[in-house]
Amino acid sequence: MDKRAAFRSWWLPSLFALPQIILILLFFYWPAVAVLRWAFTLEPPFGGAAEFVGLANFREVFADPLYWNSVGVSLAFALCGTLATIFIGLVLALAVDRQLPGSAPFRFLYILPYAIAGPAAGMAFRFILSPERGLMASVNASFPDFWNPAKYGSHALILVIVVFAWKWAGYTFIFLLAGLQSVPRSLIEAAAMDGCGPIRRAVDIQIPMLAPTLFFLLVIMMTEGFVGADTYGIVARTTDGGPNHGTDVMVYRIVEEAFRGLNYSGASAQSLVLIGLIMIFTFIQFRFIERQVHYK
Amino acid sequence: MADIAIRAVRKSYGKTPTLHGIDLAFASGEFVVILGPSGCGKSTLLRMIAGLEEITAGEIAINGRVVNRLEPRERGCAMVFQNYALYPHMTVAGNIGYALKVAGVPKAERLRRIEETARIVGLVDYLDRKPAALSGGQRQRVAMARAIIREPSVFLFDEPLSNLDAKLRVTMRAEIRKLHQRLSATSIFVTHDQVEAMTLADKLVVMNKGVVEQVGQPLDIYHRPASIFVASFIGSPAMNLFDAHISVDDACLAFGGTKVAIDKALAARLGERHVTVGIRPEQCVVTSEARGISMKVDFVEELGSGRVVHSELDGHPFAACVDEETLVRPGDRIALELPLAHLHVFDRETGRRIELEFEPRSGRSATKRQMLEAV
Repeated sequence: MDKRAAFRSWWLPSLFALPQIILILLFFYWPAVAVLRWAFTLEPPFGGAAEFVGLANFREVFADPLYWNSVGVSLAFALCGTLATIFIGLVLALAVDRQLPGSAPFRFLYILPYAIAGPAAGMAFRFILSPERGLMASVNASFPDFWNPAKYGSHALILVIVVFAWKWAGYTFIFLLAGLQSVPRSLIEAAAMDGCGPIRRAVDIQIPMLAPTLFFLLVIMMTEGFVGADTYGIVARTTDGGPNHGTDVMVYRIVEEAFRGLNYSGASAQSLVLIGLIMIFTFIQFRFIERQVHYK
Repeated sequence: MADIAIRAVRKSYGKTPTLHGIDLAFASGEFVVILGPSGCGKSTLLRMIAGLEEITAGEIAINGRVVNRLEPRERGCAMVFQNYALYPHMTVAGNIGYALKVAGVPKAERLRRIEETARIVGLVDYLDRKPAALSGGQRQRVAMARAIIREPSVFLFDEPLSNLDAKLRVTMRAEIRKLHQRLSATSIFVTHDQVEAMTLADKLVVMNKGVVEQVGQPLDIYHRPASIFVASFIGSPAMNLFDAHISVDDACLAFGGTKVAIDKALAARLGERHVTVGIRPEQCVVTSEARGISMKVDFVEELGSGRVVHSELDGHPFAACVDEETLVRPGDRIALELPLAHLHVFDRETGRRIELEFEPRSGRSATKRQMLEAV
């Protein structure tokens, strides 16, 4: 039975949809079309006639070793960030799901970081993990340069991944906790009767049953790591892409090129490549990983 | 093989008490059925034995060892859950063998025992299937196999048959009983179905509102229910209950405009009071108008082998089983004789049984049968 109420005229429903359509056109399609155009032209930063240059922008991007560096950094960041957030979220969710006495406030506390803006979190961690005054300062006092994100690209990358994981673990936590709570209690009890301790139960019963949720989070977090607003915000507030381009993730590079370097065309070409990369990654995930997922 | 002792066990959720001091002892190898309406605490008690619920007070001992502080895996119990609780991502073989895998039994040995157990429950052809591809009865068997393979000293069944259709339930009931004879592990079976309880139990425990109402052999409980609750809960159709008055002067039990003469000494012992009297529908006897209580038939239920006649006595619904030959229709009048030997008398205040002075089992013999006289 069709329960939808139908409008008799065409203009009234169109009128209702208009505000949303205008917003989408203005903030999604117009910029998308502009990027597409700019990627194939040489766009003067202060206005004026653009010149069609074909694939020259792409050639330039691909010829730049710094660009390939940023692809590598982005890959490392997205992969490590995703795995870290999902792992931390899973451990926290498993702990809270046991409903031990006093665990209720933690449910709230674990979600809290997600409400904090990425750049703010980045700023805070810049102090918390500062090599001179932060948590690692005492270690550095005995082992100089044990931790120095201002000097080593690898340390800087760890720093931004830590901030990313700190903020987004709360997000994966919500989904994983919801997933765990939909696992029938009797399955856990059956496993307990079968002789499993809590860890064995988690590995053998709960995590396999969470597979759909884990897969969803994998796709979402990979995308977030590549293009998320937080990725830019965190890098901009902690390392500025440095040292020596060690944390120069693709989104950071695009924004810097466009708005500091005023190279709109180069940035647009990079954006298109990034979109292409995400599509490929998502395709790979669906093609090869989703097959391992059991849906009930 | 293990005996189980439950001593002064209580359970509260927060401040809400659900079990009010349970004392029970089960012998090794016994098949115990815990029967009660939903919410009476029977499943909670079972889960406390299993180790899935904490024991608020009192203690539970399995084989003489107090298990209050032990994890479920350390208690040697296996449990069959109401919804079977099969692992959906594992095959039947994986489900059955999981306990052995956890225990670290080598693969070859494990496969051998899985096959052996699957043969007992008739699942050998289904070992590679996932639970989703099984019927309700097959899932039930997997759940049983999963319990059997552990060779537990105690089997716990939490309403395992309530998700099956009526026909399958009867078959599985028989299989569970057969299985028990074969394995002879102490079994505790929780149910709200009194037919299941009567047919399966060596020892029957009737619970209501967090207390044990009566413990005994099924037939004893059927013939001598200890309280109004037990009387009305056991037996189908349910026992007829109605108000009566014991008169010491007349030495009789008065109800429904009739009087049943009772022994003078007995009347004196019981004293002048209001009581509740019960009689099972199958123990009412059809008789002539002159000898029985006459009632108007409201409706008749056909059972094939006989019929149940529904009417009213003193405003209480009253059912009687009659044989095939007794043809009655709604609106007819029927005269019923209520043999004193089959009357159950209960204190109206406490609901407890009041013993009349005759042997209840021999009450069925003709010599002691006292007939009801219409006044």
